[in-house]
Amino acid sequence: MPTTRTERVGIKVSDDVVRVRQITRAFALEVGLSLVDQTKIVTASSELARNTLDYGGGGEVTAEIVEQGGRRGVRLTFDDKGPGIADIEQALKDGFTSGRGMGLGLGGAKRLSNEFSIVSEPGLGTKITIARWK
Amino acid sequence: MDRIPILKFGNALLVTIQVDMHDQLATALEEDLTSKIVSHNARGVLIDISALDVVDSFIGRMLDNIAAVSRILDADTVVVGMRPAVAITLVELGLSLTGVKTALNVERGMAMIHDRLAGSEADDADDED
Ligand SMILES: Nc1ncnc2c1ncn2[C@@H]1O[C@H](COP(=O)(O)OP(=O)(O)O)[C@@H](O)[C@H]1O
Ligand SMILES: [Mg+2]
Repeated sequence: MPTTRTERVGIKVSDDVVRVRQITRAFALEVGLSLVDQTKIVTASSELARNTLDYGGGGEVTAEIVEQGGRRGVRLTFDDKGPGIADIEQALKDGFTSGRGMGLGLGGAKRLSNEFSIVSEPGLGTKITIARWK
Repeated sequence: MDRIPILKFGNALLVTIQVDMHDQLATALEEDLTSKIVSHNARGVLIDISALDVVDSFIGRMLDNIAAVSRILDADTVVVGMRPAVAITLVELGLSLTGVKTALNVERGMAMIHDRLAGSEADDADDED
């Protein structure tokens, strides 16, 4: 899958979550996503960036514009070296939180994206990839 | 730290959110509003989010909390100007904001608050009959 643009953003303080939203918006605009689809991927990016910060102990996101079979899309990969997620199925359930959140971030990010995948190893960290296609 | 300004309009408070808020700024706004409802004896709170192009679960919860706390303090909260794309996304995110009243713009939101106040004054008058 060819990548035509890449940007990496560190997620270490809550201002970085704002930056992730801004870069996601810029990439979504460049791909030509509709206003609603832009809003969906930006919202998903905000949820995942906050999780990276709050639960992953910080990390980074790689934002990419990708092309596949003539379609363009935005792909975001969130990566942290935090505690990992022991029970992914439980973490994805709406309303489940181990902190003080609403428990909607992971499930919501999945619903708001066209593609969603989690790789997580307890003690090693979490890698979540989402994509939204034009 | 930065703060979102809160303006007083008669017996209502008006907040216009014009920046993409980081989480601490949203939490500070929630605390500031709660104390100002009490100190200004406010009966209504208008939160204008027409400049926000995204509302995630953190901001959504802040709006819900403000509405719940103001209700306990006998003030009405009306969120005005939510963009359609934001509303669609909030539903898919799973946040229904059932406790939050909404209006199209500040004028209509202010009218909602005044209607309720007028209604409760009329009730008070009825009680005295
Ligand atoms: N990057 C991460 N590292 C470790 N745990 C995570 C991570 N992201 C999410 N989780 C776990 O999944 C749960 C659900 O996340 P989410 O749906 O975003 O809800 P909330 O953020 O409100 O807790 C979190 O409470 C946390 O236990
Ligand atoms: Mg979350």
